[in-house]
Amino acid sequence: MNGASFHSVTLDPAKCKACTTCLRFCPTEAIRVRKGRAHIADERCVDCGECIRVCPNNAKKAVSDPLSAIEPFAVRVALPAPTLYGQFDERFSVDRILCGLLELGFTDVFEVAEAAELVSDAAAAWMARAGDGGPWLSSACPAVVKLLQVRFPSLLDRLAPIMSPMEAAARLVKERLYPGRDDVGVFFISPCAGKVTVSRYPQGLFESAVDGVIAIKDIYLPLRAALPGVTERPMRRATARGVAWAHIDGESDALAVPRAISVSGIADVIGVFEALENGKMKDVAFIEALACPAGCVGGPLTVENPYIARARIRSMEHRSAAALEPRFRAEELELSLEREVSARAGLALAPDMLKAMLLLEETELIAESLPGLDCGSCGAPSCRAFAEDVAKGDAVITDCIFKLRENLRKLGEELIGMEGPPPEQGAGR
Amino acid sequence: MKFRYEVSGEDMSLAGKASGEVKRALGRLGVSPAAIKRTAVCMYEAEMNMVIHGGGGVAEAELSPDRIVVTLRDSGPGIPDLELAMQEGYSTAPEWIREMGFGAGMGLPNMKRNSDELRIDSAPGSGTTVTIMVRFDPNEGPGA
Ligand SMILES: Nc1ncnc2c1ncn2[C@@H]1O[C@H](COP(=O)(O)OP(=O)(O)OP(=O)(O)O)[C@@H](O)[C@H]1O
Ligand SMILES: [Mg+2]
Repeated sequence: MNGASFHSVTLDPAKCKACTTCLRFCPTEAIRVRKGRAHIADERCVDCGECIRVCPNNAKKAVSDPLSAIEPFAVRVALPAPTLYGQFDERFSVDRILCGLLELGFTDVFEVAEAAELVSDAAAAWMARAGDGGPWLSSACPAVVKLLQVRFPSLLDRLAPIMSPMEAAARLVKERLYPGRDDVGVFFISPCAGKVTVSRYPQGLFESAVDGVIAIKDIYLPLRAALPGVTERPMRRATARGVAWAHIDGESDALAVPRAISVSGIADVIGVFEALENGKMKDVAFIEALACPAGCVGGPLTVENPYIARARIRSMEHRSAAALEPRFRAEELELSLEREVSARAGLALAPDMLKAMLLLEETELIAESLPGLDCGSCGAPSCRAFAEDVAKGDAVITDCIFKLRENLRKLGEELIGMEGPPPEQGAGR
Repeated sequence: MKFRYEVSGEDMSLAGKASGEVKRALGRLGVSPAAIKRTAVCMYEAEMNMVIHGGGGVAEAELSPDRIVVTLRDSGPGIPDLELAMQEGYSTAPEWIREMGFGAGMGLPNMKRNSDELRIDSAPGSGTTVTIMVRFDPNEGPGA
């Protein structure tokens, strides 16, 4: 499937100490520690960045573009995620931050928050037309969408088919602000690893209009250095409604749907999806699910603590500038997804069901013989995952230290038996 | 192949575990998302009924390449009037259960709707056995 082989989240083998910390945090059991280092299975990885967050050796990283990637373009447009505003303290206004981006070599800026307002309108309108069949799921978080593809495919038909604010912003820039030009480069300033992946292999779209994704953490220092000297002028277009998308509840509030649930942090998102799959939540209309703690402000490519960033953004919302006359209207734009977001068979034991069933039976037998401690020493996240690996032939049973010890003890007993008087029927047994 | 789970009638926080495990197994088999969903809904509702009304029991899931058959057995009070119990909105759930979001009287009707076969053997005093069959329709593609 498209995009299966590229992931933003990758491992630096030189830094990995094979410590197994990341194993148990991966929501799709995509990581194994084998031969002295971690390996990430592409078909399972959802780019949530959990492993980046927990790695004690900083061996997990997100591939993104350097600032120099903007150079080949004559028109270089920055698309700052609203999360960027929360990375700096109150001395630096949004106008100043946007002007600061221009100092770094961008020729124009377009707030993703402005696109978020349009996306909110489009999603609310779509849900109003769709009627009661909910709950509908937000498709804004790329890790959540991929989690659905890999782990909850039966919920994919609940995705509200509206593109993300990043993609909407990029298209507005290219189609409305600079139409017909081929020297325009559009760069998302990102808190999110998943956005790097979807800017190359978009979800539900044929092509992304984003030319590159620059990590907030990479742009932070040069921007911070530029900010004090910037000549500030009025820049911002987005209102509090769009800026609030940076944190949990922001999207639900912007959509103003009654009976919405908002959930952040991948483990809690999974809990909500499990319940939804069981047929609960019939009285819920909309679910805003964001993989990172507290929402995008908790993204793995940010610098500031998510809760501090959220507090700053919320206080910004309270003293938000008066709304300008909006330059775009959602009903005049095409913000719908272009194609179905399809399931990915990442968790099946084999492509063929009969084969998978044999492997599952074997897995059960193996799992019963394991200690059930989920200690991770074998390099798999749980005894059950290890049993699956052994059944599939990806691991050997003695990778389990308990099994190894058991085998050694048996071997030792046999050796001791050999030292005694020769057994009646030959050595060994 | 067969899976067997003890379902506690005492600990509400564990309710839903057995159906969660079956769901995981179906995912490993590559069963279509639609069939997984239908199985999940049926088994979850039946497991909840077993915990809430039946005092817990044993759930067994028998998997074959074209179907799953789940049997849930409890030795609770049984269902005196099955026809009545099958009606949408009929519930004997106590207030505290309703406060938890259950007791809408929709469980059995949902099981009926989502299964290919549903059989309930029950009599007052002799417990309840619910048998659910869901077929894995090969035409049910992803996201169907
Ligand atoms: N295993 C069982 N043992 C005894 N009684 C049962 C059992 N399962 C169902 N019932 C009876 O049938 C009624 C209807 O069940 P049903 O699952 O449709 O609704 P509910 O459990 O009351 O509410 P909901 O499932 O919507 O939360 C129950 O209220 C209960 O009286
Ligand atoms: Mg019920």
